[in-house]
Amino acid sequence: MSEVVKDLLVLLVSSSLVSNVVLSQFLGLCPFLGVSKKVNTAVGMGAAVIFVITIASGVAAVIYKFVLVRLDITYLQTIVFILVIAALVQFVEMFLRKYLPALYQALGVYLPLITTNCAVLGVALTNVQKSYGIGFSIASGFFTAVGFLIAIVILAGIREKIEDNEIPESFRGMPIVLITAGLMAIAFCGFSGLL
Amino acid sequence: MMREVLRLKSKNGTIFFNGLVKENPTFVLTLGMCPTLAVTTSAVNGLGMGLTTTAVLVLSNVIISLLRRIIPNRVRIPAFIVIVASFVTMAELLLEGFIPGLYDALGIYIPLIVVNCIILGRAESFASKNAVVPSFFDGLGMGLGFTAALTAIGIVRELLGAGEVFGFPVINNALAGLSSAIGMSEPPEYVPISIFVLAPGAFFVLAALTALQNKVKRSMQEKGRSADKIQSGCSTDCTACGESGCAHRFVDVNAPSGSVAAADKNGKEE
Repeated sequence: MSEVVKDLLVLLVSSSLVSNVVLSQFLGLCPFLGVSKKVNTAVGMGAAVIFVITIASGVAAVIYKFVLVRLDITYLQTIVFILVIAALVQFVEMFLRKYLPALYQALGVYLPLITTNCAVLGVALTNVQKSYGIGFSIASGFFTAVGFLIAIVILAGIREKIEDNEIPESFRGMPIVLITAGLMAIAFCGFSGLL
Repeated sequence: MMREVLRLKSKNGTIFFNGLVKENPTFVLTLGMCPTLAVTTSAVNGLGMGLTTTAVLVLSNVIISLLRRIIPNRVRIPAFIVIVASFVTMAELLLEGFIPGLYDALGIYIPLIVVNCIILGRAESFASKNAVVPSFFDGLGMGLGFTAALTAIGIVRELLGAGEVFGFPVINNALAGLSSAIGMSEPPEYVPISIFVLAPGAFFVLAALTALQNKVKRSMQEKGRSADKIQSGCSTDCTACGESGCAHRFVDVNAPSGSVAAADKNGKEE
């Protein structure tokens, strides 16, 4: 039992901090740069990403284990995963709109943005590559998405602060955000000492 | 009529150079940033990624263009995704078999070509509306434009971060040549700025690049030329990518995809 807990803790640190999904793997950069102007929209985006990635990595792991491996067609994983994920996101969206309107209000607009997000597919493929079981795949998806939430909320906080600063004209807008992200990536490199 | 005009050879050349220079996917449209940042740690990786993407883009553009009258409009996105994913899988298996070194270096970013905005974007905005030959040239131009950009970024990062270009220690060779020319006994050694091959360096290089883009855009506007084509990537809102590929709905349902700006407005009204 304690082995499992230890493995989970290592997974938590490695997938949310050390190899952070945006800052060291560059997955999900579009929402990271696009939806990080304000802290509350960043939190909404982060929550939607957690929701989608956790469900998608669970579903992808189940399909991999019970369909692709059984039928010996694991080479089709890319096609199957992207279709499953894209359909799943839209299904989740419809489900939320119908049955959980409050949650849909909070997350709904972000869901279509994540449909073909590379982070979702990336996590599903990484789980297969590292041959995690279903439980570990879900945990790894959840922790990775938590890493995304941490990164996007910090970036949004910094962006709210640098709004008032005097920035050289050419660096206004995207360049200064990228420099901020670069400095954050340096800071996150420091976490590699944790493992 | 339109298609007949496009069939002309000169038109195909225009389409080709449009992707290569005028609407370069990386430097002008700022699309497909994930692979751009992730794989440009060296010039070889950038070149390999670019050429793989080009192959997939050209083939998927051709097939989508051939099937453009057969695919029903409502399910076109899933159909495009299946076509693109098939070619990506082929490319992945071929790389694994024939260029294992590159396959290992690019790793998970090969299957992720499926979600590259450039490919779905070209399928949606060009191949699904144009004939086969122009679509082929569009794919080739866009793909080679992407390849050139990735290789250029890779060269910069490799040069600063390792002092090499395509694996040749150019800086050390130059220093050795220079020091022997001026009669120094021991040539100074280049100390690489290794952060440029690490993750933060990618952000810094891209920041410098977009700053340059802003500068060009401003000077173009001052001269009164239209700079609408130049986009600073995801600076506004992901829905800006909606038309070019990132944020589609899988199947067209009634509602258009929501924008984050609209969500902000709703929040304020509540």
